[in-house]
Amino acid sequence: MHIPDGFLSVPVATAGWVLSAGTIAPAVRRTGKELGEKQVPLMGVMAAFIFAAQMLNFPVAGGTSGHLIGGALAAVLLGPWAAMLIMTAVLAVQALLFQDGGLLALGANVLIMGVVAPWVGYGVYRGLSRLLGGRGWKGSLPGFVAAWTSVVAASIVCSLALWLSGTVTLSIVLPAMVGVHVLIGIGEGLITAAALAFVAATRRDLLPATPSLTLPLPEGGQGGGRKGGNR
Amino acid sequence: MKRWWIVGLLIALALALLSPLASPHPDGLERVAEDKGFLETAREPLYELIPDYLFPGIADEAAATMVAGVAGTLLLFGLGYSLARLLRQQRVG
Repeated sequence: MHIPDGFLSVPVATAGWVLSAGTIAPAVRRTGKELGEKQVPLMGVMAAFIFAAQMLNFPVAGGTSGHLIGGALAAVLLGPWAAMLIMTAVLAVQALLFQDGGLLALGANVLIMGVVAPWVGYGVYRGLSRLLGGRGWKGSLPGFVAAWTSVVAASIVCSLALWLSGTVTLSIVLPAMVGVHVLIGIGEGLITAAALAFVAATRRDLLPATPSLTLPLPEGGQGGGRKGGNR
Repeated sequence: MKRWWIVGLLIALALALLSPLASPHPDGLERVAEDKGFLETAREPLYELIPDYLFPGIADEAAATMVAGVAGTLLLFGLGYSLARLLRQQRVG
């Protein structure tokens, strides 16, 4: 969903920069305050994984492909503030070095994939985990739904940006964008659920604590268990 | 923990090495832009370093993609790790 330069009008691209910069500042502050020591290497792994996974376009219907955004996954594992920084790093490298996504459009791309996707994913995951009370296959089910929703939400905001730029009318772009991202979101959901299941199986303590979660730690786990205060 | 994050990084690097297998079809936004007739409003990038995830100077396309993928993956690991380290130090210090 990386917007190239030219799709957005100057005012919309500028608004993207202003809005994303305005949210990155608190993200830097909050991440510094909340990040635990064991999450330092996880932030590196997450950024590396998201970059690599984004290269792997998977086919969806009708000669179209999609790839992971990763915002929801990062937000579930590291919290929405750290996820914003990870996504911003990935998107900035992609724009600056790989010419994937425009430089003027970088602000809007950060807003769409680095702010909207993580926060929507995080909110849906939290709400659904609480609702399911720890059931749902160790976070895989809420993870799937959170990731799917984050992609659809991102596609809606992307449509709005294109419409506000006068590039295409909303009645044309919105159904088309949402229609294809409903499918791409399934891929996002499957990858996110698989990644969460992997973390649950290998490093249970890295998953966020859900108050009512009563699943036992895997054998040979870290023993210390989950600490509540890592958010 | 150390072993775990090395495994995580290795998984990411393995994905990067698989990147030549990625679907070559346009992604969702590109497809919509094509279908709805605004793809041609896209402007060429101001400059090109590693366009299309092909590392320059490597003739073989699959190899060029893998090198670009591995380079980007390592760079982002370093960026993510240093950023986290920096932000934590600021708090402690």
